[in-house]
Order: sequence, then structure tokens, then C-alpha cells
Amino acid sequence: MEYFVQQLINGLTLGSIYGLIAIGYTMVYGIIGMINFAHGDVFMIGAFIALAMFLILTTVLGFTFLPVVLLIVLIVSMLFTSAWGWTVERLAYRPLRGSFRLAPLITAIGMSIVLQNFVQITQGARVKPLPPQIQGGITLMEGSTENGTILVQLSYMQIIIILTTVVLMAGFTLLISRTPLGRAQRACEQDRKMASLLGINVDRTISLTFVMGAALAAVAGLMFVLLYGVIDFYIGFLAGVKAFTAAVLGGIGSLPGAMLGGLLIGLIEVFWSGYFSVEYKDVAAFSILAIVLIFLPSGLLGQPEVEKV
Amino acid sequence: MAVSGTKTPVAGPQGDPNSLQASIKDAAMAAFLAGVLGFFFIGIRTDIAPGGLDLKMRWGAWIISILIVFAGRLLLNLFVYKTRRPVTRNLSIGLSGSESRLAQAGKVLKWGLFAFALILPFFFTTFFPGRDRQFIDLAILIMTYIMLGWGLNIVVGLAGLLDLGYVAFYAVGAYSFALLAQYLDFGFWLALPLAGLLAATWGVILGFPVLRLRGDYLAIVTLAFGEIIRVVLLNWYEFTKGPDGISGIPKPTFFGLELKRGEGGFADFFGIAYDPIQRFIFLYYIIFILALITNFVTMRLRRLPIGRAWEALREDEIACRSLGINTRNTKLTAFAIGAMFGGFAGSFFATRQGFISPESFTFLESAIILAIVVLGGLGSQIGVVIAAVVMIGGIEMLRNLGFLQQVFGSGFDPVQYRMLIFGLAMVLIMVWKPRGLISTREPSAVLKEKKRIGADMVAQGEGH
Repeated sequence: MEYFVQQLINGLTLGSIYGLIAIGYTMVYGIIGMINFAHGDVFMIGAFIALAMFLILTTVLGFTFLPVVLLIVLIVSMLFTSAWGWTVERLAYRPLRGSFRLAPLITAIGMSIVLQNFVQITQGARVKPLPPQIQGGITLMEGSTENGTILVQLSYMQIIIILTTVVLMAGFTLLISRTPLGRAQRACEQDRKMASLLGINVDRTISLTFVMGAALAAVAGLMFVLLYGVIDFYIGFLAGVKAFTAAVLGGIGSLPGAMLGGLLIGLIEVFWSGYFSVEYKDVAAFSILAIVLIFLPSGLLGQPEVEKV
Repeated sequence: MAVSGTKTPVAGPQGDPNSLQASIKDAAMAAFLAGVLGFFFIGIRTDIAPGGLDLKMRWGAWIISILIVFAGRLLLNLFVYKTRRPVTRNLSIGLSGSESRLAQAGKVLKWGLFAFALILPFFFTTFFPGRDRQFIDLAILIMTYIMLGWGLNIVVGLAGLLDLGYVAFYAVGAYSFALLAQYLDFGFWLALPLAGLLAATWGVILGFPVLRLRGDYLAIVTLAFGEIIRVVLLNWYEFTKGPDGISGIPKPTFFGLELKRGEGGFADFFGIAYDPIQRFIFLYYIIFILALITNFVTMRLRRLPIGRAWEALREDEIACRSLGINTRNTKLTAFAIGAMFGGFAGSFFATRQGFISPESFTFLESAIILAIVVLGGLGSQIGVVIAAVVMIGGIEMLRNLGFLQQVFGSGFDPVQYRMLIFGLAMVLIMVWKPRGLISTREPSAVLKEKKRIGADMVAQGEGH
């Protein structure tokens, strides 16, 4: 029981990170109907920026008060990663907006390769470790097994991750449902041509969608650095595929769906590693992707897609 | 940042969009963006040091990168985007005007390349006796990629199904042969058809459930399957030896004759002197013939109803279905045939290396093969050849360029940049010429007379 609760907490934490990345996939898919294959690598970029900024603040400038440091890191990495998201869209997707269907997907794969190798070349291929910054937590339960006592801990780190995710999600839902920008996005989602006829700057709206997705990916990147303490240039690939799975599972195009899917994928992965085998945890995630796409293509909260001729 | 596709000039009634001022302003913006993007990556480097991470500033590299972007964007603005007479216009007019001449040249080029490939090993042994082994080995590598490219071209280029897990079938082929040889003592020639068959079967098994999916979903699921196969190969230690890989894979024989020194070998049987290069020449001809078979089968299939159905499917799936084409079976055949050739190439790879491990079958490999197909022009056979030669051969050649090290310092390793170049080329080609370098097409089906389909028409969605 204690083990189960602990895994549940771990799963929810991991799921929050996946959920934040998944939102980027889902929003882009909703608005231009393409899979932004490079989004996982934008997340990786965000993690690297967060790490570098953290080091600048702590070692070069000598800041010690952790909450302020983290807040600055968060804002800086969101800003800079957004610039990357914007550039990727501008260079690789916008010129192809009337091209055949596979074209943007191919450039997306190209962009993903470019980002990975750019980071590998400029930052080196070795992993970058960061010692745990936030330690301690609350002990929720205490139980005993034959191997001794087992504690259920909710670490402060996990609390921060889950809280940040909840706050960001709430803010985001408001942004989409209440602001003119959100309205423009939903309009573009429904009918891009009509939206542009009604005076919405479609290109700008799409760019902003990428910027927002990248900003959320940067948050996920920072959390990843803090939670795992190790990053390398390749983390974006697996995290990207898993987050995409989350977006599909929740119903692609649906924001609450992405969050729900992220949490589910996080839980499944953690429980799979906890109870079956760690080696095959990626297989579990990939299999879910295939199964969902085959049997439930519109996902849990998505709407079935109707192809019009 | 330096490159961007169709830049719409901001033409106002009073502002002249072509002015130098506008160009400089735009270039400055690009440079600013480059500075922002590069700051944490080019300007800063984190390295592992005793007691944590060490931060190093690289202002020089950062400023140089900004200047390069500024200059590049400025030149592009002045000569392409913001001028009334872009230099590229003459180029494209020249190209489209000479389409038929280009086609003629293509035909000559095709046969020229074929003839060269036919005599290639002897060309190298005669003219480069000192380095023949290295060159023939490179030719074998390129030929393997050509074959893989042609195999994937059936799936991506003809049927329009984006397969990001093609390397899975390559792995299936390689492991089928390696395991058959290890457990059942199969030779290369016996295992080759079986490996192809197994790969095709896997193609059907994996394809059957997923081929209902739309293009981009299909891409992701194939990617997932590719990874699943790799992870299984990595972790099923009892059967595949996991990360240790399988070694001692037998070499192919020439009608039962082994290419070895001494009694009963190939050289002994024909009464010629033994030379280790013979084995390379033999391997080269095996992959050359396998690649030719791939090409021949593809070209013939394009003439058959199934091939036409593939191309129709690529253009419009809904129209196909309303015309009564069984889309699932059509896709499945493309998938299976592509997988089969991947399997053949895989078992050739296993016999050439003599050792395989899951490391050789990562997503990167799929991406390289896809890049070759995309750069060559989706569906173009000769394009794949050119792209494979340029990309694989070009990168290998980079390794040997000593002067680059003199320019960039001794720590400079061009091979590091291989995938970066691949990725950039994929993006640039898609933006600049979405149908690849070779974008004119011989139509597969004709009504009365053959009409060439030019690149500009293709770009509008006409023809193929």
C-alpha cells in the first residue's frame, strides 16, 4: 500500500512534466494540424537554458536565495525557449504552409535533428549533472514490510512541480477561453481561411501558439533538470514521444486532454517500472501510443476528426 | 536564421521595400535573434568539472556567429528577397526552360552512373592501388544506403506513407540472418530470402493495424515500432545477446567457394593469386546486384496496377477509395515490399560487418535513410543515388580534408557535423524545393503522349 501511494505520487509528478510538453503538441496540432516533431527538442533546449541560467546565477553572480533564483531561471528560460520555438516555426513550417501534407512533417524531423546536433556540438555529448537543489519533504505515511520500514514521501520538489503545473494550467485555460488571443486561436483552429477573412492575423496567431508551447516546454525542462538532475542532448526524443503519446491519449487538440493524458502516461510508466520491468518501460509507452491510435484515435477527450472533401 | 523561405516584402505605398536600409534593418533583426538563440549555446558552455559544473564564456564564438548571420541575411536580402531581380530567378528560368534537355542529361547520367558502378571496383584497383580497399569499402557503404533509400522510396516516395521506423526492418533482416546462422548454421544465401521474408512479414504485422491511420500519425507509430524492436533486441538477452551483439556472422560464399586464402578458396579454385581485396569486390557486387534488383522491381511495379494505385494513393486517398481501390491492401503491399528490401539490406549489413548490435539500428539511421529519400526527391530513383553519394560519400570525404583542421584548429572533427548538415539539408530542401533535388517526373501513366511534369507544376500539386 505504501509502495503504491509512493508510486502514485511519483507518477503524478512525472505526468505533470509530460502534460506540460503535451500541451505544446496539442495546441500546434489543433491550430495547423501538424505534429511538431521538434517540440521534444525544444523541451531539451529549455532544459539546457535553465541549467546554464541556474549556473550563471549561482556560481557567477553568487545568488543564494533559491526561490528567487528559480523564479528568474524560470522566466529567462521561458523567454529564450520561446524565441527558439518562434524561430523553428518561422524557418521550417511557415514557408511550407500550402505545401503537401508530408512536407512540414519532414522539416519537423529535420529541425529535430538540427536542434539535437546543434546542442551536442555546442555543449558536448556528455551528460550534465546538477546536484539536487531542493531537498526534504513531508512524510505522509509510514509502514513496515519484511525489509524494514517504508516511508511515503512527498518531497518539496514534487509539491513545487505539481503546484506549478496546476497554476500554469489554470492560467492557460483562462488565456484560451477569455482573452482575444485565445479567441483568435480557437477561430484559426476551426477555419483558418475564414478567420483571416475576419481580420485575424493568422500567421501571428500561429507563431504565438508556438511561442506558448515552447514556454510551457521550458517550464517542463526546468522541472526535469531539478527532478532528475541529469540532462543530455538526447532527452528530447523520448520525452517528446511520450508527451506526444499523452496528447494522443487525451485526444489531440484538447487542452485538458493533454494534461489528463500526461498524468496517465506518467502513472503508467511509473507503475510499469515499479511492478513489471524497468527495461521495458519505454515499450509500454510506445505500445500505448499504438493501441490508442488504433482503437481510440480521437482519444479520451478529443472530438472525432471528420475529413471533408 | 540566415535562410528563410518566401519572405514577403513589406511593401507600403511610400516605403521602398528594396532599399538598402530595409535590408540592413532586417539583417540586424536576424542577427539579434541569432544572438538571443545562440547566447546559451554558443556563448556559454557548461562542462563537468570537479565539484560540479563549470561555466565557460565564449564571447568570440558568439559574436562571430552573430556576424555570420548578419552577413548571410544581408546578402540574401540584397540579392534574393528584397530585390526586384533576384539572382535566383534567372536560375529557375534557366532550369525550367531546359527541362527537356535536363531530362536527356538525366538519361545519359543514369547510364553513365550505371556503367561506372559496374566497373567501379576495377576502376579503383587500377587507378588507386594504394587506397582501393578504403574506396571500395566506401562504395559498399554508399550502395547499401542507395538500396535502403530505394526500399524506403517505395513506401515514402511512391505510396506516400511516411515511415520513420524503416530501420526496424533493416534490424529484422540483420538479426534474422545472424540468429539463423548462429542457431541453425544457415549460410548467407539461404538466409537472405528468409530474412527478406521475415522482414516483409513484420512489415505486414506492424502495418496491418496502423495503416488506417493518417499520414502523420502513421509516422509516429512507425517510429514507435522501430524503437520497440530496438528495445526488445537490447533487452532479450538470452536470445539476442542484448547490447553485446552477435559476432562471428558467416561471410557469403561464391557458389560454395569461400573467399579465403589457401586450399579450396575462391582464388585457389580459379587459379589466381589470393588478395584480400577480392572479398571487398565480391561484397560490392552482392550489394550492387541487390540494389539493382530493388530498383528493377520498383520500376516494374510502377507499371503494374498496384504501382499506379500507390501513386494514386499518395495523391489523394479519398479519391482512391471512391474509385474502389482497396486502400489498406495497397498500403500493406507497399509497406511489405519496402520492408522486404530493408530486410535484404539488413542481412547484407550483417554479413559485411560480421558483427551486429542494437546500436546500429537507432532512430538516427532511419532519419539518415529518410533524409536521402527526401533530398533526392520523393519517388525519384536517380535522386536517391545522387543524394546517397553526396551525403554519405561527401561526409566520408570530409573526414580526409586536412585543410579544414588547419582552418578551424586541430580539435575540429567534420564528422561531428554530419547529422547537423543532414538535418539542415532536409529543412532547406523542403523549403526550397519540396519535391527534392530531382523534381521533374516521368509520369507513370499516360493518356496520349508523354508530357513532362515540371517542378513548378508539381509545386502546385499537379502531377507528381
